[in-house]
Amino acid sequence: MLTLSCTINDRPHELTIDPRSSLLDLLRNQGLTSVKQGCGVGECGACTVLVDDTAVNACLYLAAWVHGKRIRTVEGEVRDGCLSPVQQAYVDAGAVQCGFCTPGLIMTTTAFVQSCREQGRDPEDITPEDIRRAHAGNLCRCTGYETIVQAVRQALEQPDPSKMDTESTAP
Amino acid sequence: MSIGQPVTRLDAEAKVTGRARYTEDLLPAGVLSAVYIRGSVAHGRVLDMDLSAALALPGVEAVFTHADVPRLLYAPAGHPFSLDPDHADVADRLLLTGHVRFHGDEIGVVVARDELTAQRAASLVAVSYEELPVLTDPREAMAEEAFAIHPGGNIVKQDGFSVGGDVDALLAQADVVVEGEYQTPVTQHCHMEPVVAHAYMEDMERITVVTSTQIPHICRRVVGQALGLDWSRVRIVKPYVGGGFGAKQDVLLEPMVAFLAWKLGRPVRMALTREESMITRTRHAMRIRGRAGFARDGRLLAMNMDAVSNTGAYASHGHSVVSAGGGKLCSMYPHAAVRFHAATVYTNLPIAGAMRGYGSPQIIFACECLLDEAAKALDMDPLDLRRINAGRPGDVNPRSGKPIETHGLADCLRLGRERFGWDERRAAAQITQAAPEIRRGVGVACFSFNSGVYPVGVEISGIRLTLNQDGCVTLQAGATEIGQGADTVFAQMAAAVLDLPVTSLRVVSTQDTDVTPFDPGAFASRQTYVVGPAVKAASLELRARILNHAALMTGYPASALDLKAGSLVATRQPARVFMSLKELALDAYYHKNRGGQLTAERSVKTRSNAPSFGCTFVEVEVDIPLCRVRVTDMLNVHDCGVVINPITAKGQAQGGMAMAIGWALYEELLVDPRSGRVRNNNLLDYKMPTFLDLPDLDVAFVQTAEPSGGFGNKSLGEPPLLSPAPAIRSAVWNATGVKADFIPLTPKALFPLFRDAGLLEGAR
Repeated sequence: MLTLSCTINDRPHELTIDPRSSLLDLLRNQGLTSVKQGCGVGECGACTVLVDDTAVNACLYLAAWVHGKRIRTVEGEVRDGCLSPVQQAYVDAGAVQCGFCTPGLIMTTTAFVQSCREQGRDPEDITPEDIRRAHAGNLCRCTGYETIVQAVRQALEQPDPSKMDTESTAP
Repeated sequence: MSIGQPVTRLDAEAKVTGRARYTEDLLPAGVLSAVYIRGSVAHGRVLDMDLSAALALPGVEAVFTHADVPRLLYAPAGHPFSLDPDHADVADRLLLTGHVRFHGDEIGVVVARDELTAQRAASLVAVSYEELPVLTDPREAMAEEAFAIHPGGNIVKQDGFSVGGDVDALLAQADVVVEGEYQTPVTQHCHMEPVVAHAYMEDMERITVVTSTQIPHICRRVVGQALGLDWSRVRIVKPYVGGGFGAKQDVLLEPMVAFLAWKLGRPVRMALTREESMITRTRHAMRIRGRAGFARDGRLLAMNMDAVSNTGAYASHGHSVVSAGGGKLCSMYPHAAVRFHAATVYTNLPIAGAMRGYGSPQIIFACECLLDEAAKALDMDPLDLRRINAGRPGDVNPRSGKPIETHGLADCLRLGRERFGWDERRAAAQITQAAPEIRRGVGVACFSFNSGVYPVGVEISGIRLTLNQDGCVTLQAGATEIGQGADTVFAQMAAAVLDLPVTSLRVVSTQDTDVTPFDPGAFASRQTYVVGPAVKAASLELRARILNHAALMTGYPASALDLKAGSLVATRQPARVFMSLKELALDAYYHKNRGGQLTAERSVKTRSNAPSFGCTFVEVEVDIPLCRVRVTDMLNVHDCGVVINPITAKGQAQGGMAMAIGWALYEELLVDPRSGRVRNNNLLDYKMPTFLDLPDLDVAFVQTAEPSGGFGNKSLGEPPLLSPAPAIRSAVWNATGVKADFIPLTPKALFPLFRDAGLLEGAR
């Protein structure tokens, strides 16, 4: 067994794990069942989570590698009882059907939106092709993808929380 | 009025937060893992299985082989039970077999404390076989001297029909007769949630199975049959399902996990790998020969079709898939005589079962290819040819003998012609059609489908409504939510009758056969059509009970009272509010001398089956040197009656169109003909469409008001998949002058055709 420390959805964890286990196993054992196993070999993207804000397939990522890292799953995206802008965009765009691919896709979108902002990309300049390419590692059999592309577009057009002027609205 | 409103799915928030629980998210403490021992030949008899190494592995709890299971043949097909023994499903399965009929057939099962140990133990079982002849081509399997895969021979069923006139005489009279032979591939559902189930017992008698199924009540019956138990000793729980598309309209792991929990007295789970899931059920490959006769003016006079359907190692749904496809064809062009014959054949391939469209995609493909042959022969616009032949409201379906009340096909074609810009695109594409590299082409195709299984099977649906103390209404349906949005439209229907906001409906998404009203489940695009009348009846009954209680409270007769927007009002003066529904509910529950819990439950049998219609318009770009086809634009137009929810309706349409593009261009389960081994049973080598493979998918509706549907609605779940493939094949023909009589139109398959047509000359 192996002991490691990491942050999961902003909470520090000290965990003892079987060194053979994947990040998928680790997270599901912690009760984070949004992390879905669709193939177990990195083909479908249903288990996508963020490790230090990079989208990875949790099934391909050894649990042992997360020592000292920050992990985000869709459970942690709800803050103060509110959906994240990306989660809300999926609801509003009708991008959810069976829902099995949805948590992984939302994490891919979350990383994509964040990286677009960090690069200072104007949402207007991001093409449907860019969105499709960035999400090509996540499979969905229900939707035909178009509503998901719309959800990503809506999420990109949300105001960037890091650029909001929070000072002037303070009392 | 909530009907027709873009109501957000009731489960959307549960699913975007990861809080929605699927089967594997509900495992009981101490659950054991089971893994199949699978046959490693395509056809053979097990001579010996050496279990010693597996049993010696620490953590292994038990190993069972074909010798340990009940000798009860059962039929796994997810059909309603039939009282007519001649109409029974094909019972050709045992829990485990000693006669391996396909590469991967289930010959044993290992149960261990964890999955890794179970997998390792399964791999340690040494098996020796007597190998038998391998048959993968149905034509070989049908031969008289062919080795019998099952005791009754290799032909599961042959049947057919002839309706609407004398087909031979009409073909002889026709001005133009066209013919063709069309082939479709073995494909796979690729639901994102693999095949999973677990079982446990809470006493000595009854077994609970939690499973990802489309058909909980059918599943209970089949588990009972497979284990020789009274059906009520089995309880099936169906939580959220991560897609099914027909694969889970079949009883898969449920009898095995029930058997293991029963034998071991401990909870047992099975979770198939993706590789196993992909050989569990497939879509039937078919070869269809067709002839069709037309008058000079384009009228279709008669069509003859002869189909051979490859059902693989076991029947599953095979005995009904191809004939269902034939039967649903006749309402599209109802003035034509149709003769249809089909043979369904066992081979040593993985089992073909139900898959979205259920035989219709293959039959519609052949039918619409014949229409295109005729358009060419008659030098007509293929759209005009279809417009001429499309049925009209009031036409009689020659197969059922019943009038078609709503027939929106001609309107779908009219709307599509304009919205797609058919004439302009067709002219613009023509300019590219001599280009050496990139050519464009357009295609169109139509479909018809049904809205359930009546009169082939029973149509029964159950709804229970309960008024809660807070004035909200809980709805329980036997029909299942599998991602298509069923729960949401049921809530909309109940809200419309009760005049409540949809947010006042609480739908219990989980089916539990101990408590859920009876309904066979999600298949045949039946649910909104046959559940609608049950929702309506139960809602009217609950409404009457509410008004009766309001009468007790107010002293006015119930007829003077009305339920409006969640309040009890005077019928003649709706502005006069007596009380809210919540106040009434509290009184009904807690008044010491009157009332009670207000509920309504209705089980309704539907004895109609409205056909639905639609068409696909498509434009493709063909890269000639690469032999590659790309769909650039696609429009589906549907007559599904009244659209209950435009968001979920569009979602169904786009999902079906996407799956159809995969079927037409990319997807094929490749089987080695000698070993019977599937070469690409994974999501990397099996090419289901990714984000980059699909265009934006346009959808439009022609809304008719179907009188037999509870709310004017007809089927929509499967129909979107039916017409894109022949439209794409037509567009490729239009673009290149090359006619393919098969799908998928992969570069590898198109290369010899392009080469033989001289298209590749000069290309490097």
